[in-house]
Amino acid sequence: MATAPPEANVLLRKTAGTRRRRAVSRAVDVVCTVAALAAVAVLLLVIASVAVKGAPALSLRLLTENPKVSPFGGNTGGIANSIVGSVILVVIASVIAVPMGVMVAIYTTEFAPPKVATGIRFALDILTGIPTIVIGVFIFSVLVVGAHQSGWAGAIALAIVELPVVARSDQEVLALVPRALHEAGVALGLKRWRIVLRVILPTAAGGLITGAVLGVARVAGETAPLIFTTSVFSNLGLTTNPSAALPNIPVTILSLSESPSPKDHAQAWAAALVLIVFVLLLSVTARAVHERSRAKLRG
Amino acid sequence: MTTSTPTPEVSGRDRNPFLARTKLADKLGERGLRICTFLAALLAVALVVWIVCKLVHSAWPAIDRFGLAFVVHRVWDPVTGQFGALPFLYGTALSSLLALLVATPVAIAIAIYLTELAPSFLRKPVAMLVELLAAIPSVILGLWGILVLGPFLGNHLEPFLKSFLGWLPLFSGTPSPYGMLNASIILTIMVLPIITSVTREVFQTTPVADKEGALALGATRWEMIKLVVLPQARPGLVGAVMLGLGRAIGEAIAVTQVIGNAAQIKASLFASGGTAAAQIASDFPSANPGVWQASLIYLAVILLVFSALANIAARLIVRHGTVR
Repeated sequence: MATAPPEANVLLRKTAGTRRRRAVSRAVDVVCTVAALAAVAVLLLVIASVAVKGAPALSLRLLTENPKVSPFGGNTGGIANSIVGSVILVVIASVIAVPMGVMVAIYTTEFAPPKVATGIRFALDILTGIPTIVIGVFIFSVLVVGAHQSGWAGAIALAIVELPVVARSDQEVLALVPRALHEAGVALGLKRWRIVLRVILPTAAGGLITGAVLGVARVAGETAPLIFTTSVFSNLGLTTNPSAALPNIPVTILSLSESPSPKDHAQAWAAALVLIVFVLLLSVTARAVHERSRAKLRG
Repeated sequence: MTTSTPTPEVSGRDRNPFLARTKLADKLGERGLRICTFLAALLAVALVVWIVCKLVHSAWPAIDRFGLAFVVHRVWDPVTGQFGALPFLYGTALSSLLALLVATPVAIAIAIYLTELAPSFLRKPVAMLVELLAAIPSVILGLWGILVLGPFLGNHLEPFLKSFLGWLPLFSGTPSPYGMLNASIILTIMVLPIITSVTREVFQTTPVADKEGALALGATRWEMIKLVVLPQARPGLVGAVMLGLGRAIGEAIAVTQVIGNAAQIKASLFASGGTAAAQIASDFPSANPGVWQASLIYLAVILLVFSALANIAARLIVRHGTVR
């Protein structure tokens, strides 16, 4: 630059204007980077709080023993019954929601006329948008009023939350299955149901599993659908019968968090640690598998 | 399809029993799969209708008694049987608005970082970390809000805000760990990942040629973003914010943990308040059947309508904006 004659240089010269414009652009770069750092920092802050406060109370006893009420207040036992109850609830919910989600996805991508498919997608969009607390109220008025709280009611409420998550994820995956595979099946004289069961589903299996895992991760931490449907569990022992209200991790954390006793808070953090590790592990695996299966389907 | 009976066609070249069996299986399987999947889809659609009808039905005693005046009435008193939704609708509107006001610019900034600035090896991991924020169960965020954020607000941030901005009604009153400010911060954390991920997707659809064109004309990176990326992303951005709004107004558990649950309208952000969703979560277990419970379900109906509208609008706008 320095050697170029001055008249050629005139357009490239840095004026005060360019310098200011560049400075503004730099400043925006910094702001955006800080924003991203801040979001990651909040995530780490929450996880670190849960880890630091939960780890001291976390022990084998906490995971394997049922709660015991100490005469001095607070729970001195573990949360085993809540863990078992949560597993039962999520398993029942997924047994309902995952096959249904796959079927809804198959119908919309394989069978439904375009307008019907749009209608179903629309319904799923609305279903996703319904606040989970409202679903809790709905199941309460359908299954609890006139009867009593039960694991079934809680599990069905969770299934309603899980269904659109699974169905939408599965729709996306099925739409990615190469059309050529479908046509190959037709060319071999296969009927559509055989193409779906023998060609499309196996090809999309990885993606469908991702959908199921995402669904489980979504509902494992849900509290709102459970507080009116399976929250009043008087017994401190293990309950495995879904006809009765099942103790579960989210509701246990909620009630411990509202207790004035620091001992209860310690247990709440420990339960939160168990839950957050479970949910984050599922989410991370689902995402990793998702990327891989998508890449595979795209070829 | 519609007139077939399984057996009589077995004649001539189909006499092979294996082929006949296959044909039968094909007929049954084809129909079975179609019907099963159709029923599943029908059930999903029916579920939406059923939820709406059942809730309106259960809320009817309150809808009948209070009518639309429910939304402007500001007393919530189970003892005298007076129920008005205004304090909760105000709380929902204020907390969601504050959350969106903070989260939207931050989300846009993060999306710019993720699509324009970050080195390519960082883009996926950082995007994933931000999205993981949405995976934290709300009850855990609420626990954090009670035991970590609350004391920090009550002891440090709120006294600090009060000493500088105490002349504003928003920052007047006694600092307290729980209240509207805490709830708004928790909601901000919840909607941030949602708005970010949609915004990022929208930004990614900006044609590279347009961006390169702006840069070739001498625009700085920020000018390119301002003149090319943001204008094209506007509909998508609106959709992203609506999606965040749907999430914010529907969140019950975390908000009920930190907002203080009081049926009051206070200008101060430090004061306790309530939102529609939080009120349902905290009041429903103690509500006896009758007008009290019906009023809470009325709140749920209002919530359902608004969050459904926000979500529908969001999907329509996003779909319209990205699928071009």
